[in-house]
Amino acid sequence: MNTKPASLIKWHKGGFKNPMARARGLGSAHDGVHHWIIQRVTAIASIPLTFWLAWSIIGLVHADYAAATTWLAQPCNAILMLLTMVTFVWHAILGCQVVIEDYLHSEWFKIVKLIGMKVVLTALGVAGVFAVLKVAL
Amino acid sequence: MAGNTNISETSERPLSPHLQIYKWQITMAMSIMHRATGVALTFGLFILVWWLLAMASGPEAYDLFRKCVSHPVGVFVAMGLSFCMFYHLCTGIRHLFLDSGKFFKIPEIYASGYTALVCAIALTASFWLAIVF
Repeated sequence: MNTKPASLIKWHKGGFKNPMARARGLGSAHDGVHHWIIQRVTAIASIPLTFWLAWSIIGLVHADYAAATTWLAQPCNAILMLLTMVTFVWHAILGCQVVIEDYLHSEWFKIVKLIGMKVVLTALGVAGVFAVLKVAL
Repeated sequence: MAGNTNISETSERPLSPHLQIYKWQITMAMSIMHRATGVALTFGLFILVWWLLAMASGPEAYDLFRKCVSHPVGVFVAMGLSFCMFYHLCTGIRHLFLDSGKFFKIPEIYASGYTALVCAIALTASFWLAIVF
């Protein structure tokens, strides 16, 4: 018998989950934790990338085609832009997924929108990555 | 989550109070705005990729892109998106603190909310001052 008050029992230490369930790290939805963690990881990665992108845009406002492509062709800028594309698109897919799941209640329409959103944003990310590589390589 | 959502839609039992019942307060407004700016930024990604594709396509495509973003409508959209970006950044950092269990006392959650809002406005203003000057 556990004598602790219910408010002090930690779900990750107490008896609510068996050891195998805890090791798998899955909740009742079976994949929610992974989604939640990746959303936070991409969010943290986005913090420096956002500042870098804002800083770069300030520097490129008056740049013509030659100056802009020279800037993007530099390895450091190309790598950071590729990381930005992957991180932002990944974070956007996870965020839009939650918004669609929360606000669309028709099951078939929700599935169509979820797949459509992921297809379009993946294509967008691939287009962005291709453009960076074409300029930089 | 899935499958039986239409039970609550069709049955006669009372539902929990919905949006229109609640008084507007900064906590809910900021949370809703965080989502709205996130969706807006997803559309903003299309402009970012347009910029990259214009660089990959050649000088004519790049000039067209520059013409569009320097048009008053383009500048207006860019201003809106830049605020969305800094707002989502600041409230996103606040959400990371909330996720780790910080700022849950009422005065803290209000103070952190106003701090994030002020930081977002300050960052947007500095961004545009740096562009203009």
